[in-house]
Amino acid sequence: MARQEKKKDVVIVGLGWTGSIAGIELAQEGLDIVALERGHDQDTVPNFEYPQQIDELKYGVRLKMMQKPSQQTVTVRRNDGETALPYRSLGSFLPGNGVGGAGTHWNGLNWRPQEVELKLRSHVRDNWGEQIIPEGMNLRDYPVSYDELEPFFTQFEKVAGISGYAGNLNGEIREGGNPFEGWRSEDFPMPPLPTTYDSAKFQEAAKAMGYHPFPASAGIASTAYVNPYGMQMGPCNFCGFCERYGCYQYSKSSPQTAILGALKRMPNFEYRTGSEVLRVELAEDGKTATGVTYWDEAAQEEVFQPADIVILSSYQLNNVHLMLLSGLGEAYNPLTGEGTLGKNYAYQMNGGVSMFFKDAEFNPFVGHGANGMVIDDFSISQNDFGAEGFIGGSYWRAGTFNGQPIRNMPLPKGTPSWGAGWKEGIGEWYGHAMSIGSHGSHMSYANNHLDLDPTYTDRHGRPLMRMTFNWQDNDLKMNQFMKSKMEPLAASMNPDIMQAGFKNIGAQYDVRPYQTTHNTGGHIMAENAREGAVNRYSQTFKAHNVFAMGAGNFVQNTQYNPTGLVGGLAYHTVHAIRTQYLSNPRPLV
Amino acid sequence: MTDLPGYPSRRSFLKATAAGAALSGLALPASAQQTPKPVSLDDYQREYLNADEWAFIMAATARLIPSEGDGPGALEARVPVFIDRQLASDYGTADDWYMEGPHDASAEPARGWQTPLNPAEVYRQAIPAFNAWCQETHGAAFAELSPEQQDASLTSLQNGDVALAGEVREFWGLLLSNTKEGYFADPQYGGNHGMQSWVYIGFPGARAAYREWPERHNVKYPLGPVSISGERA
Repeated sequence: MARQEKKKDVVIVGLGWTGSIAGIELAQEGLDIVALERGHDQDTVPNFEYPQQIDELKYGVRLKMMQKPSQQTVTVRRNDGETALPYRSLGSFLPGNGVGGAGTHWNGLNWRPQEVELKLRSHVRDNWGEQIIPEGMNLRDYPVSYDELEPFFTQFEKVAGISGYAGNLNGEIREGGNPFEGWRSEDFPMPPLPTTYDSAKFQEAAKAMGYHPFPASAGIASTAYVNPYGMQMGPCNFCGFCERYGCYQYSKSSPQTAILGALKRMPNFEYRTGSEVLRVELAEDGKTATGVTYWDEAAQEEVFQPADIVILSSYQLNNVHLMLLSGLGEAYNPLTGEGTLGKNYAYQMNGGVSMFFKDAEFNPFVGHGANGMVIDDFSISQNDFGAEGFIGGSYWRAGTFNGQPIRNMPLPKGTPSWGAGWKEGIGEWYGHAMSIGSHGSHMSYANNHLDLDPTYTDRHGRPLMRMTFNWQDNDLKMNQFMKSKMEPLAASMNPDIMQAGFKNIGAQYDVRPYQTTHNTGGHIMAENAREGAVNRYSQTFKAHNVFAMGAGNFVQNTQYNPTGLVGGLAYHTVHAIRTQYLSNPRPLV
Repeated sequence: MTDLPGYPSRRSFLKATAAGAALSGLALPASAQQTPKPVSLDDYQREYLNADEWAFIMAATARLIPSEGDGPGALEARVPVFIDRQLASDYGTADDWYMEGPHDASAEPARGWQTPLNPAEVYRQAIPAFNAWCQETHGAAFAELSPEQQDASLTSLQNGDVALAGEVREFWGLLLSNTKEGYFADPQYGGNHGMQSWVYIGFPGARAAYREWPERHNVKYPLGPVSISGERA
């Protein structure tokens, strides 16, 4: 018999970006709120303090800020015919753990999607016709538009503290910004950060080829800053420890830096760590939730937490898993197309070129996760899908982000991986290499989906979630297109040596090397319950008092890092809860 | 190399760490500047590895990152100490990993870690198996072979030409990555002794404060490394 806690107005599952946003915005309504966090508590002080945080082995390699697979993981197979095997040690993607979630250990790359990315199926249909959509691709429009989300992107960027330079201010294209971005109602909260040597070289070469370089949009403070919640940030010192680390000096945007300090001071908000939610409990009629049952790590017992509203704001994979386990929809069946949970799982298609300059000093340890200059000349809005034979696009960026030598030791091809030749190579090339990355879109396909594994279980005896995922030709073609465009640009910079790394057609998904923690979809937004798990307000079709936030809402992945869209959708959702739902709880669509 | 006006050259800096202390702006205790001389590798008290395993690790890491040429070798960096301590830690026992069965150790490598063994057990089972292969192929255990034979044996191991059970097929990858980790990790973990690996490549370690550096283009950063405990080199 589970212990029962006092009923709350709102229970929040997972205290990362979206849980923190829901917490503070709904606490402002005077609601009584509890957030349940599976992991540990952590804050800038004492957890991310200098110098203990500057430890590549502990955090960069042994991944001590990340979800432990022993606690929670997935199984992976590349097609329906394969037996899924557990993702036993972390590699390809790194879900976070503890307060702040992935918003604590990210790089700070904060983007808005392009306008056409939110209406991509319509964009394709209107310009080339639906016949160019490959078989098996579940290409969709979002049920919200850029114009509807614009105020919420702005709100998130002010809260998170984003540095950059608007390229499209209310429709006016501004030199030095991104001419291909969606319109902004206001300029960035902070100006761009300074430009490192590699970025400057890239900027010069890109300009010479007629492209339009601009500073990356960074969740990294360039100046002293106070956000709308009164939270303060200080300018970044380019310490080079962003991704996989907490920021030791209040410069990287995170739930801790931007929201949690203010939220914790509100008397109607509390949070409990070591509290892993096992399932959402539904009322007998199945139309609403009554609360959640969680595992209290300290007491070693199950606890029922009743609540009027349930906010699912854990990592995308964990949200989908919890929804599958709780019956918050039917599992997607790729053969029939029926069911919505686990549908349209997508990822990211990345590549890049490394360049070696014997006589250049790049000081790769001087950097931050969102450093650099970018071009969007091969972005989704710029590519002729009909002519090129793929649907998608990417942004390119060059900028030092870390010089941590265990993991960041680019060497020319042919350098031995050990022995005297390796040792000579690291002495010769460390600090003399730079790269340009292509960060590309990933479409959704019937073949790529999530459901429950028939064999493997977690420590609570629940089935693990099963990921069925492989690379698809459309995105691989996009990647090869980027290679063909990037190599001439890189060559124009006259490196002594250059080498490209782009997946080829036929590439198979390999779970071992780190690729990206941009797992998307699985509880996608849609106009109706037949096509998706949640409506335009992230409200589940199954139970109107359950809202599922985060990148699980993405109908397919954009070409950008997901946080900006996640933040914009979260503010859009909490605005709807505040203005439409609280006064009259019901399905909002 | 371009030196910064008013800064010592990197070479002279390395000879004068006191100047570096003044320039770094980090308030570190003077006592932190001396790295106590550690016990020799022969006298080191092992935490996990047995004597045969230790002999193998000493010999193998010495070929993976040899002492000759510029920069420290694995033995000067005390990489074997690092590996021993890691295998005795929660990394060696795979505490963070999902280790429930069933296991399919024959699954193709792209499916990731699928053996039922943890890293410490992989070393324990693989070293005698590899030594037996060396004995059969070259006439002696790995540690007893000539450097040329050792390099040839490691190449065979790397290329998958040494028939090892599926359960220990990650051995080569583990050995090589753990060796490089021990070479470059903060010295608190037992390797990268004296931060000499960082000095060699020009990584400033835990300095992590470069406010005035982003716009100093094509200028080599002049300061040597510091460790998390405050050592300087």
